[in-house]
Amino acid sequence: MIADFGYGALIVTLLVSVYGIGAAFYGARKNLPAWVESARLAMLLTFPLVTISALCIIFLLVNGNYEVEYVSSVTSSSMPTYLRITALWGGQAGSLVFWSWLMALFATAVTLRNWHRDREFLPWVIVVSLVTLAFFLILIIFFENPFQKLWLFPDNQVVAGLSQPAGSVLFFPRDGQGLNPLLRHPGMIIHPPMLYLGFVSFVIPYAFAIAALITGRTDDRWIRVTRRWTLIAWLFLSLGLILGGRWAYDVLGWGGYWGWDPVEIAAFMPWLTGTAFLHSVMIQEKRGMLKHWNMVLIILTYCLVIFGTFLTRSGVLSSVHAFAQSAIGPLFFGFIGLTFITSLSLLLKRWDELKSETQMTSWLSREALFLLNNLLFMGILIVCFWGVMFPLVSEIFTGLKKTVGPPFYERATGPLWAGLLILMAIAPLAAWGHSTIKTLGRAIWKPFVLSLVGIILLIVSGIKSVPALLGFWLAFFVAAVTLQEFWRGTRARHSRSGESYPLALWRLVGRNRPRYGGYVIHIGVVLMAFGIIGIELFQHETQGTLSQGEKIQLGEYTLTYESLSIFDSNDGRNVARAVLSVEENGKYVGELFPRRDYFFESQQPMTIPGIKSTWEDDLYVILVDWQPITSQGATFKIYRNPLVNFMWLGGIIFILGTLIAAWPTKDIETVRTRERHEILVGATG
Amino acid sequence: MEQTASVEKVSSGKMKFLVGGLLIAAAIVYLIISSTQASAQYFMTIGELESKGASIEGRDLRISGAVIGESIQYDPELLELSFMIADIPGDNADIEAQGGLAVVLHEAAIDPNRPRLQVVYSGPKPDLLRNEAQAIVTGKIGEDGKFYANELLLKCPTKYEESVPEQAGS
Repeated sequence: MIADFGYGALIVTLLVSVYGIGAAFYGARKNLPAWVESARLAMLLTFPLVTISALCIIFLLVNGNYEVEYVSSVTSSSMPTYLRITALWGGQAGSLVFWSWLMALFATAVTLRNWHRDREFLPWVIVVSLVTLAFFLILIIFFENPFQKLWLFPDNQVVAGLSQPAGSVLFFPRDGQGLNPLLRHPGMIIHPPMLYLGFVSFVIPYAFAIAALITGRTDDRWIRVTRRWTLIAWLFLSLGLILGGRWAYDVLGWGGYWGWDPVEIAAFMPWLTGTAFLHSVMIQEKRGMLKHWNMVLIILTYCLVIFGTFLTRSGVLSSVHAFAQSAIGPLFFGFIGLTFITSLSLLLKRWDELKSETQMTSWLSREALFLLNNLLFMGILIVCFWGVMFPLVSEIFTGLKKTVGPPFYERATGPLWAGLLILMAIAPLAAWGHSTIKTLGRAIWKPFVLSLVGIILLIVSGIKSVPALLGFWLAFFVAAVTLQEFWRGTRARHSRSGESYPLALWRLVGRNRPRYGGYVIHIGVVLMAFGIIGIELFQHETQGTLSQGEKIQLGEYTLTYESLSIFDSNDGRNVARAVLSVEENGKYVGELFPRRDYFFESQQPMTIPGIKSTWEDDLYVILVDWQPITSQGATFKIYRNPLVNFMWLGGIIFILGTLIAAWPTKDIETVRTRERHEILVGATG
Repeated sequence: MEQTASVEKVSSGKMKFLVGGLLIAAAIVYLIISSTQASAQYFMTIGELESKGASIEGRDLRISGAVIGESIQYDPELLELSFMIADIPGDNADIEAQGGLAVVLHEAAIDPNRPRLQVVYSGPKPDLLRNEAQAIVTGKIGEDGKFYANELLLKCPTKYEESVPEQAGS
């Protein structure tokens, strides 16, 4: 009953979306505002409709209606209510509904904005948003239906289907299979929604870009309108990636955080083009250049968002993200191909109108350095894309299936990341329009010397690895430049207006949030770089089987295996938990409890490391095996991950910086226009 | 006069950016090609492995197969793991055509005539290693014909969405 209702709501949503697309199209072509308004209302209606459908699934999940195939595949009676709710995105069909729900949410949010200044964009924004939504609804309704029920035939065969096949009865399983235990982690509960939010909100800037191309209003209005949407999309995508890394670190028990898995890369690729886009729109806003390029970037980002969803959903690539394989692959490819070709032909049609207003003259100008930044991001994107597609390409052309693993990505992107750090140090100090070695040198020598001092200290302290020294030097350099920028601005305010230093800093950031938010993000990146260098280049590991009371050594740490207890928990797990005491340089510093949970219903074990965290390093211990009867011996794998917490701290600061940059500002438009005007006047006069 | 001078300046300026951009593009292409060559792994099925013989010795290989549960041997003292995997098709479409991953893995594991491969891995035993799991191993073939894996990935399709739950009351 509830299932049929939810399914019906989806079908109505699809009909409403199709109507909305038609009405918006017709209204725009014939110039009939009433039709556009009707389309707008149709788009508003999609959100409550998909909400009904999503609530129906949640009801079925919480209520334990195991006769519904999706419910029995992702929940079980031992799961607490909050996990049953989050099971909405624990499987393929449900997560597509969740995706559509978020899409409808953003479509609604965008219809409710103030449209009076850009009325002509409205119908085309509706068309793009609703086409995207309709595509996902079609996937759900015809291919991945979460409302299918299980039907039992007299010969004990069980079939999933929407309506009752002849001769069968509704099948009520006693219990469901339960959510994959690996997904029952706070990081994993928030990580998919964050990524989806990031994916979905990139649809909005794309919709405005397409609207600008269709209407011919190709000034940078669409960029100004969507600046905050883009930042929000980027915020969620970044948050999703960081949380995914944290989840892997906490749960997967391999001592790492990022494995260059195709599914990880699928989420990473739109982030790369999105980051490039965020930088290059600044050039269009300040200098009126790179208009074609910005269009290309947002089109690419949209296609990569759909491609990313496709990669995670179709099972086309072998990956640890073991989602079921399904038949929706060709549909995705068709849709991506169609949007890509349509978007590019629109762009070609408007090519001449998007000519640059000014010329780039100097490699040392800020716009040229931003362009370089874009090139490097595109380089990393191409590396990722090549890595993901390489098995397919090689099979088509050589008949041999070949793959590339993490060493490929590390080797190929390493120099590009280093290049980006260098740009991060130089670009903030370069002037728009034109810089010379001399002006740049004057601005940069202090932080440069400071970073060299830092490196000399590191060399004195005994670090010999050249890649590490190079990485640390770049990170120091960027940090010094960025902090100097804060210092210069604060001091200028202080001496001009007599504000106290903290107040001056506060107002400095407040008056130009996009810029200083960006710098805060750079600081976050520097800290993450410290953490990544630490864990990638200085990770130590050891492993061993210990009998009770025996010790094992790793660096300055000595671990003693104290005891092991095995017990059943009341939520369907059998837990084996070891106790180790830790000494650092002979001094007792605490105990660690690595454990192994065995989930009865899914017959799947889960390894949870014992971690002792300090700013210096993480001591990360995995319980590998034990002798169950005597509890005498147990095997441990032990990692020492230096500086890894700087990566997580950097992640938090990164997100904070994005929030600062995206925070609503009053009359930002007038300020911007004036600034640009001044620059243009300055450049010509 | 001044007109021509400024035109020349613009085109030489464009040249500068073109050359710079091409240099960077070339560097990126070089990075991709050299890194691919340095770290490409051959994805093969166990059946293909037998027909290739000596030509793949010393190459980095990536092989997927169905784990034979009773062959799993693990020495927790030395962290030495060894198990057999049975041949499954390398192509997703073939797997799909034969009834899905779970079916293919099951049939491969119970068929004694399928080509099999002995895998040796040193390290902790992964949670998902068990009968009829799909193992994706990366490493090299040794002279003794065993596969020495340095990376081991496992997938258990039955844990996700493909199996039908057992009947209530049975």
